[in-house]
Amino acid sequence: MKIAFTINGQAQSVDIADGNTPLLWVVRDILHLKGTKYGCGKAACGACTLHVDGEAIRSCSYAVKFAAGKDVTTIEGLGTRENPHPVQQAWMEYVVPQCGYCQPGFIMATAALLEKNPNPTDEDIDNNIVNVCRCATYVRMRKAIHRAAELKQSTSPTTNQ
Amino acid sequence: MSEQQGKRKVSRRKFLVRGGLGTIGLLTLGTYVFRNPLRRMGFAAAETLIPPYSGTGTEINLWFEITEANKVILHSPKVEMGQGTFTSLAQIVADELDVDMEQVEVKAAATETGIVDGMSTGGSLSIASLWMPLREMAATLREMIKTEAAAKLQRNVADLNTSAGMVSGGGQSLSYAEVAAGVQEWNVPDTPPLRPTKDYKFIGRPIKRVDLAPKVFGDPIFGMDAEMPDMLHACIIRPEHVGAKFKSADTRKAESMPGVVKVVQLDDWVGVIAESISQALAAKRTIKVEWDIPKQWTEADIRELLQVGKGNKMITQKVGQALEAEAEDVVSMEFTSPIGAHAQIEPNGAVALVKDGRATVILSTQVIGVTQRQVSEALDLPLEKVNIIPTYLGGGFGRRLNTSHAIQAAQMSRAVGRPVKYFFTRKEEFQNDTFRPPTHHIMRGKLTAAGRLEGLEHHYASGDVAINSVIVPQALHSILGTDIGAMRGANLYYDKVPNHRAVQWHTTLPFATSWWRSLGLLANIFAVESFVDEMAIRAGKDPVQFRLDHISEEGFGPRIRAVIAKAGERYRDGVVRGRAMGFAASIDGGSPAAHVVEVSIEDEEIKVHKVLCVFDCGVAVNPDQVRAQCEGSIVMGMSGAMHEKMTLKDGQLYPTIYGPYDMALMRNTPKEVEVVLIEGADTPFPVGEPPMGPIGAAVGNAVRRLTGKRLTELPLR
Repeated sequence: MKIAFTINGQAQSVDIADGNTPLLWVVRDILHLKGTKYGCGKAACGACTLHVDGEAIRSCSYAVKFAAGKDVTTIEGLGTRENPHPVQQAWMEYVVPQCGYCQPGFIMATAALLEKNPNPTDEDIDNNIVNVCRCATYVRMRKAIHRAAELKQSTSPTTNQ
Repeated sequence: MSEQQGKRKVSRRKFLVRGGLGTIGLLTLGTYVFRNPLRRMGFAAAETLIPPYSGTGTEINLWFEITEANKVILHSPKVEMGQGTFTSLAQIVADELDVDMEQVEVKAAATETGIVDGMSTGGSLSIASLWMPLREMAATLREMIKTEAAAKLQRNVADLNTSAGMVSGGGQSLSYAEVAAGVQEWNVPDTPPLRPTKDYKFIGRPIKRVDLAPKVFGDPIFGMDAEMPDMLHACIIRPEHVGAKFKSADTRKAESMPGVVKVVQLDDWVGVIAESISQALAAKRTIKVEWDIPKQWTEADIRELLQVGKGNKMITQKVGQALEAEAEDVVSMEFTSPIGAHAQIEPNGAVALVKDGRATVILSTQVIGVTQRQVSEALDLPLEKVNIIPTYLGGGFGRRLNTSHAIQAAQMSRAVGRPVKYFFTRKEEFQNDTFRPPTHHIMRGKLTAAGRLEGLEHHYASGDVAINSVIVPQALHSILGTDIGAMRGANLYYDKVPNHRAVQWHTTLPFATSWWRSLGLLANIFAVESFVDEMAIRAGKDPVQFRLDHISEEGFGPRIRAVIAKAGERYRDGVVRGRAMGFAASIDGGSPAAHVVEVSIEDEEIKVHKVLCVFDCGVAVNPDQVRAQCEGSIVMGMSGAMHEKMTLKDGQLYPTIYGPYDMALMRNTPKEVEVVLIEGADTPFPVGEPPMGPIGAAVGNAVRRLTGKRLTELPLR
């Protein structure tokens, strides 16, 4: 079956035998975007987090057929080195990553959180950022999330587009 | 290691140089070699991953390349698994070679470059071990460039200066690339004196990680991200039961499943190779395997096997007399720790191509040389025909010391003549891990009337850590008779206790156990420092002073005392507004750490609000990354000490997924982790593991002061 969706602003159509194939493998192995990671395959760790219509989705457990007609954003489409997303900016300011493998998932989860809750409290962060980081970079992550909220608010909507 | 011990100059004959295709390879041993710029991973054609090979992996050592763009590439014998080593290595090169940070690029060396570490990336030793040789090589290279530039500019070497990758003098200047261009044979000077640490511009400064942007923008840098053209995807079937042996498999259905290219049955495993990973996994589910399961292991079986008094006994420390275990004035307490999983987020796996008598394997590994040897032996290929290309690791923690999956990926590739990518599912990771072994400890102590320790003993039982490991020669164990991994943190540093000893009881368990970040340290220090704290309470002494009273000024004593005293300034006894503090200290690999934690109990859950860590790793090449390692080590240690636990049920290890395998998340992380660094030595000491030592005991000690209850079991509940 052919499934059409938008990914990182570009129209994309994939031809796939099984529409229940997890979106994760379509993104990684067919579209060759490797920033979205496999961690557990059961939506338990969050390494595969990306956005579908702005919602944070654990793509290892999200059938590609559900993405039809929707807007998918991966870490590759969130920001660039020239124009980083505020979350990426904050992550670099606080030097958050260690091994780095889980970080795209955390960054995507945080970016989605800030869209809904521009100024999260520590408790909001505890309740919403529930991915797993084995290097345990949580200490800096919390600081970076607060900083990202600050950066995002200081960016006016017009220049954000 | 002191500066003096490390004084072994790079010999002149070790630097042989040859230019080729815009790069200069600086070889530290062997013959001339003509070398293309190495292209390591990603979408490059498989052929470019196999540059023409000359000589054997042990003869040719490519450390540096200078590119036409005047960049210096360091081929690192150590891999980057999050510990920040690449950044520190770049700082070291920049300072002795006189280039800017932006001009240094660090790559993990493939086996074909020959500088692959014979042991592993582990033990928190990367910077400590490369501190001297890398500075010497960089300084020697700088002199080589100056000598060559002097010839080109017709000046004296003494009149030339180097800075930011340029050599200048008498109003003229050349870039390093210009100096190197066209040089066929270099004049190798003696290694010049190294600069005093205080003169360094980059070493000792909180430079941002060199891998920061790739990790924030999602670049394909990990083993799991590697691809080769025309690549297939595979999975294999692993046993769920402990001790299960493969008998037979019915693969008929799988062979006709969509996308399946081949089902491979080798000695004791079955692999499914398909066009996509989803197809491979779907086919795998149809395969029925018969296993021979000799025994349904239970938790009680393991506890029965593994206890003080059983297995191989070895006294690992002995001063003075043994305590009389049954005497009335001898205090005795038992402690335990559970089986721990690595749970690194990037699963184990590999991308392999075996074709035309060569093997190329791209993977996350901590033991590049061992992986090469194992693939070579399993596939019966000469060592030099096997190129192992290490990537960035999505976590190491000791899990990637065992890379049998590299063999399996290579065997599957050979079976289909195409590149194959293979990795573990998460359930396979949890059930086929090389676990942190469970431990059992008996602590004994005796106080004098004046409240001083007269005797202190640590009896500890552990499964394999270093014994049966691929990186420690078995001969060494025969000589030592001790598992040196299980011993980490077991011996007591309270050297003023007149009678003290540590006794190891080692047992090999029915499932694989091995290295887990800090090895025996987390559990051993939990037992030792909980008990010492208990003895301080019984002696009616301040826990900080009590510790200091029992540590001499000999050996590492002054450095341990310094961290304890510094952290101790912030320690207060008693319960304030429902919170209490806990104190603990340890020394590991020459790096002492002392922690003060502040805890409360909320909804019957231990909550750690704050951790102060005072840490001395000697020279902190990158203080910001030393802090990052302390933070990570502490929170991972909290996870290990307060949350994690694998159990045996019906012969299988559980749980098999994150969540049920409870780990510290954001909400469990203290809001404040403060790291204070003391530079108590003039060389770097280990960083990644030592700060984990005291955390379990520090939390337990705080709970004791808060509730009066001594916790003796990990995870702390």
